[in-house]
Amino acid sequence: MSDKKLSLEEVDHVAMLARLGLEPDEREMMREQLSSILDHISLLQSVDTSAIPPTAQVITLQNQMRADDVHDSLSLDEVMKNAPDSEDGMFKVRAVLE
Amino acid sequence: MSELINRSAVELRDLLDNGEISAVDVLDAHLARVEAVEASVNAFITITDDVARAQAQAADQRIKNGTAGPMTGIPVGLKDILCTTDAPTTAGSKLLEGYQSPYDATVVKMLREQDALFIGKANTDEFAMGSSTEHSAYQFTSNPWKLDHVPGGSSGGSAAAVSAQEVSVSLGSDTGGSIRQPAGFCGVVGLKPTYGRVSRFGLIAFASSLDQIGPFARSVEDAALLLGAISGKDPNDATSVDTPIPDYRATFGGDLTGVRVGVAEEYQIDGMDSRVEESVKQAIGELEKLGAEIVPISLPHTEHALATYYIIAPAEASANLARFDGVKYGLSLAQDNLLDTYLQTRGKGFGPEVKRRIMLGTYALSSGYYDAYYVQAQKVRTLIKRDFDEAFQNVDVIAAPTSPTVSFQRGARSADPMQMYLSDVFTIPANMAGIPGIAVPCGFADGLPVSLQFMGRAFDEATVLRVAYAYEQNTEWHTSNPPLDAQITTAS
Repeated sequence: MSDKKLSLEEVDHVAMLARLGLEPDEREMMREQLSSILDHISLLQSVDTSAIPPTAQVITLQNQMRADDVHDSLSLDEVMKNAPDSEDGMFKVRAVLE
Repeated sequence: MSELINRSAVELRDLLDNGEISAVDVLDAHLARVEAVEASVNAFITITDDVARAQAQAADQRIKNGTAGPMTGIPVGLKDILCTTDAPTTAGSKLLEGYQSPYDATVVKMLREQDALFIGKANTDEFAMGSSTEHSAYQFTSNPWKLDHVPGGSSGGSAAAVSAQEVSVSLGSDTGGSIRQPAGFCGVVGLKPTYGRVSRFGLIAFASSLDQIGPFARSVEDAALLLGAISGKDPNDATSVDTPIPDYRATFGGDLTGVRVGVAEEYQIDGMDSRVEESVKQAIGELEKLGAEIVPISLPHTEHALATYYIIAPAEASANLARFDGVKYGLSLAQDNLLDTYLQTRGKGFGPEVKRRIMLGTYALSSGYYDAYYVQAQKVRTLIKRDFDEAFQNVDVIAAPTSPTVSFQRGARSADPMQMYLSDVFTIPANMAGIPGIAVPCGFADGLPVSLQFMGRAFDEATVLRVAYAYEQNTEWHTSNPPLDAQITTAS
């Protein structure tokens, strides 16, 4: 997986997955820098992990349960106060369906 | 009263409780210091003197009533990635400019309930991603020891504010070294607690399996005081652990007879500053003089920790930062359709380092690469953790450098992200394993602080702090303050 430079198409694909709009010069820069970083981190492929489980967590907590009681929560006003656009206590966005 | 800035939090506590000084005195001394040095240091994105003023008055009342807690009336800095209801929380990002959290982070709430004095929200690399605080969208923070040098990062503002005596103590967060490395660069004490020791609720998430909030202070004792005040199980953080919180300071004192200190050969690497190497070697000699037994150990997977981190942390970040979509809060660049709103808001709102990490993490999680990168990294993480488990069967703490170099000049590592990432090569393993680590001053190189790190068993902050305290009390390094006044006079 090393020594491979990312293509601009791959950069665009990943940027779209991440919902990041990149300027043309940023695409080039990402291509260079990500390729170089991936080159470094590809060294991990050489570690034999065939019998090793992946880390799921570093502490030994089991499921955390609590009583199913009703508690106070934030008011609608508090929740909505940072919203860029809202109407009738709901976040307002452009229609996503025709 | 200006001499109050030279007092430790523990000393201020006694003076306050004995009625020799008031919390308003403490506040005035520190606000005067902020006034004098902040234009040169730029530790804070927001100064919250009004909040602190009301807290000082409430603190004095509390002391009078006999209901003071350990942090009542003590000036504190808060990394601006901790949510506060009465000041904006920016995470160092333009995307969250002006964001007003509807709730306090649990650690903020705990300090607020004691009427600690909130002096300000400290500068940070954007979303805590960086090692120099140069990735803040707001300002550069200076290293108080040399103003054209970086304070380290990402909690550079919290470290610089303590070093510059603008506050007694502060809180930062540490995902791969973001408390210990800036503490080292600024010559103060910085502690990353065990994962689960301190609630992360209200800490804007970077990498959730690694993030941990912890204290900065000018002494080990003060760090212990603040750690005690923020520790504990929180119903709002399911990964916080219900385990006894020891009275750390009660175990301080005495020599280190019977303590086994591990030293790993893997913590000497190519490209390391020889002066750091020398200082750390001398520090280990000092520990031996104090009665500790020095035990050579091996942590064979250390060399893979950096690569492992730069898969796991960006992967988690790419998921955590998906929430910044211009819909619920923060910057929103509305376009004709929702997809373009996402693309524009995130493309323009995030800075270059954050975008780099989101891209890296998204790539490592994407179809076809997930097993080779992400799953492989989580397996190597298991090996790194096993190295520590094995070592701690034989030693009580591990001593190592905090960072391979001292602070560097602003701009020196900006061009090459990998160079910047190497700053954290000695701090990342503790995050990978979830164990506690503390940075304490252990020397100087050309007027810049060198730092020693102690790592310990999970939830054994007590031993880590006790060993750090013994080292500190038997050396002079922590007693010097940065030549800040001289630098400011020269500049003006």
